[in-house]
Amino acid sequence: MNAPATFLHRGLTHLEQLESEAIHILREVVAEAERPVMLYSVGKDSAVMLHLARKAFFPAPPPFPLLHVDTTWKFRDMYALRDRVAREAGVELIVHRNPEAERRGINPFDHGSLHTDLWKTEGLRQALDLHGFDAAFGGARRDEDKSRAKERIFSFRSAQHRWDPKNQRPELWSLYNSRKSRGETMRVFPLSNWTELDIWQYIYAESIPIVPLYLAAPRPTVVRDGMILMVDDDRFPLREGEVPVQRSVRFRTLGCYPLTGAVESRAATLPQVIREMLLANTSERQNRAIDHDGASSMERKKQEGYF
Amino acid sequence: MEAVIPAKAGTSGQEDTASLPEVPAYAGMTDEDPVIAGQNKSLLRLLTCGSVDDGKSTLLGRLLYDSKMLFEDQLAALEADSRRSGTQGQDLDFALLVDGLSAEREQGITIDVAYRFFATDRRKFIVADTPGHEQYTRNMVTGASTADLAIILIDARKGVLTQTRRHSHLVHLLGIRHVVLAVNKMDMVDYGRERFETIVADYRAFADEIGIGAFTAIPIAALAGDNIAAPSPAMPWYEGPPLLEHLETVPLAAARPDSGAFHMAVQWVNRPDSRFRGYAGRIAGGSVRPGDEIVILPSGRRSRIERIVTFDGALDRAVDGQSVTLTLADEVDCSRGEVIASIAAPAQVADGFVANLVWMGDEPLAPGRAYWLKIGASMVSATVSKIEHIVEVDTGRPAAARLLALNDIARCELRLDREVAAIPYARGRELGAFILIDKLSHATAAAGMIDGFPRRAALDRGASEADRIVWLNGVAPEERAEVAAKAQQKLQAMGRMSFILDEASLRESLNADLGGDPADLAEHIRRVRAVVGLMSRAGLHVLVAVDVPTAEAWPGRQIDRADLDQGGEAEWVI
Ligand SMILES: Nc1nc2c(ncn2[C@@H]2O[C@H](COP(=O)(O)OP(=O)(O)O)[C@@H](O)[C@H]2O)c(=O)[nH]1
Repeated sequence: MNAPATFLHRGLTHLEQLESEAIHILREVVAEAERPVMLYSVGKDSAVMLHLARKAFFPAPPPFPLLHVDTTWKFRDMYALRDRVAREAGVELIVHRNPEAERRGINPFDHGSLHTDLWKTEGLRQALDLHGFDAAFGGARRDEDKSRAKERIFSFRSAQHRWDPKNQRPELWSLYNSRKSRGETMRVFPLSNWTELDIWQYIYAESIPIVPLYLAAPRPTVVRDGMILMVDDDRFPLREGEVPVQRSVRFRTLGCYPLTGAVESRAATLPQVIREMLLANTSERQNRAIDHDGASSMERKKQEGYF
Repeated sequence: MEAVIPAKAGTSGQEDTASLPEVPAYAGMTDEDPVIAGQNKSLLRLLTCGSVDDGKSTLLGRLLYDSKMLFEDQLAALEADSRRSGTQGQDLDFALLVDGLSAEREQGITIDVAYRFFATDRRKFIVADTPGHEQYTRNMVTGASTADLAIILIDARKGVLTQTRRHSHLVHLLGIRHVVLAVNKMDMVDYGRERFETIVADYRAFADEIGIGAFTAIPIAALAGDNIAAPSPAMPWYEGPPLLEHLETVPLAAARPDSGAFHMAVQWVNRPDSRFRGYAGRIAGGSVRPGDEIVILPSGRRSRIERIVTFDGALDRAVDGQSVTLTLADEVDCSRGEVIASIAAPAQVADGFVANLVWMGDEPLAPGRAYWLKIGASMVSATVSKIEHIVEVDTGRPAAARLLALNDIARCELRLDREVAAIPYARGRELGAFILIDKLSHATAAAGMIDGFPRRAALDRGASEADRIVWLNGVAPEERAEVAAKAQQKLQAMGRMSFILDEASLRESLNADLGGDPADLAEHIRRVRAVVGLMSRAGLHVLVAVDVPTAEAWPGRQIDRADLDQGGEAEWVI
């Protein structure tokens, strides 16, 4: 972080400590894994993670590629930022789309949870196997979901990419055990100890580029099942009598646009977003369709290999 | 890159933004306020320990609730959960907030370490929440390994129990500096001052016994929120701060920029091209500036810091806890796992430890079997050569043992297949802690804390040559032998190899040809100087118990009577 003048007279701030911890984790993995990759979803957590990777290996570019497991249904702003950011960081960008999902035209409107299963869960497995990656950085945080509170920073998956909650290693001090058997892979979460607020404050402090959808602006939206959805392109099938309405909205998480709920807000700058967070009263995952089917759904999805 | 509104949707769109209010100010602050950018906020990692039903989950839920870390949707879920499976009738059951995985939810137990977060404007908190059941030692040690502070929870009706002692032993073993004794369920003892004071006195006696110097006792009622976020009107007799205020203001060791001499384990050698070679790592103690003289351990090579390289520009100083990349003035060999340290370095080089081991593996320790040992950024092969004794965690008493099984704590000796740089755990976690890894299953088999170095001492290449020379010429000749022996013992305990160069043996060997005239005396002194220099250059500490003139300038330290009187335990050798 940019050290203010008072730096010498105090200890590190919480953001400086989180940053340093994450950089330490990134370096450990690069030193010990054979073929690491960073999962890059173009969201705010990915943005922070990539920024930290640039810091960790400066003046060299991050010594691993970015992997975007694409579903073809992301917001258009996300695709634009993805390509620009990868170029600026000097890293290779691998985009993987599950060929089977592509062939079958899987989409969130007609296929329900199959959309996530095929594009994301299966797509990720395919990409990891295809390139032989043995370690994948993910931007998940422990504060996102109750079942993630116990997730390790280094999380091991069997050769079949399954997560076994009973067979995770204790993590002591900052001594990570990254030894693994052949075929086993690991997911590593450098942002484990960050909260949503930390992420926003860090993005603000470090001027990290993010998708503009995180800031409020008038956008064409419809309301379905209590969720405000953005009509991002003309693939969005409007129902009888449904007319998109211009609402001032922003997003707290970004995924496939038909599955990602917006919040009504007039927070058009980062300080306003942070202010709103400090005053906030809903958690970020509430606006994700995927999390609503049952209290233990995230945990089940994780066991199946979804992040 | 602003979204382009698709023609189909946009043309018929209506406007619905007018009714939305502006984002209100936060606590009357402008956007320039450091609170908004998250500056001036520190980080405290804490551990909560308590026996089953002492109210740990309730306390944690309370802290999240009172620091406003709960959101409406989570609260709504909590209300629904409280009605369905809660134990509080119509009231919120805060314990449900911090229950994790579904399997354990169904069984009603927590079986692992969970990490939770809450924050105030001044400090962010990371809580390691460990269950009070079986596997307790393993989980608690894991949670404690990163904690700066431990809350030891006591049920006011039950007082100090065996479990309280167990928790305290572990807190002490893991070197947690700050201890809070939270006496919970004060409502069940009529918020009585006497009961609280009896418990505190009991605990103080016990804490003194095991070496926990200071602790802060706070009477609370987690369920109702007494003395959690605000002073409790039910306990006006308590004059200290409520728990949250205490957590917010307790001074942090990690925030001290000057924590001993500089050392950093090299994690990654950054070599993008032939022109740049940087050593990346996180500073584990002290601070560093360009120009500082350093030594690389275990190799003992010397150089100077050239630059402190970061993405945000070169720094003129970096401190404990920062991740940086250092470049050195000379082209010296330095690889992952080696330690870059100040030449006044406390880190030492050893191929064996005396350590406290906490066994974490499901498979017991196989004596003589080789494990991977990870310390700092280096990985070596190691065997447990001796189990000195097991420590009974409930009492802290030693007991004999041949074998180590899950959750056993033992004092052991370990042998490494090569040298590493290390320091005792009490002086620093980063180079004083290690883990053992099973070479077959890759499981983390044990956590270790270095207590000292075995008798078979090592050469000390960390200190400079002159630092290793001690002249005892200021000490009376008849006392020298005893003083030198004491100093040698001290050095050995620190794992350092030393040699006592004494008058008599010198006169019998090397200097047997010399008499007492001035020319011989000069030659005597010249040879002493040469021998001492050679020995110290080789990495030995040299204790010179020889008659030499006090007036001359000698490389190294001269010890006299006053030093002995001050440093009773031969402290002056360091
Ligand atoms: N009367 C009273 N009961 C409490 C208090 N704190 C917790 N409890 C109750 O003690 C029981 C055990 O609490 P819980 O938080 O589940 O304990 P844990 O096993 O330590 O996590 C529950 O029934 C709580 O409601 C308190 O301050 N006063």
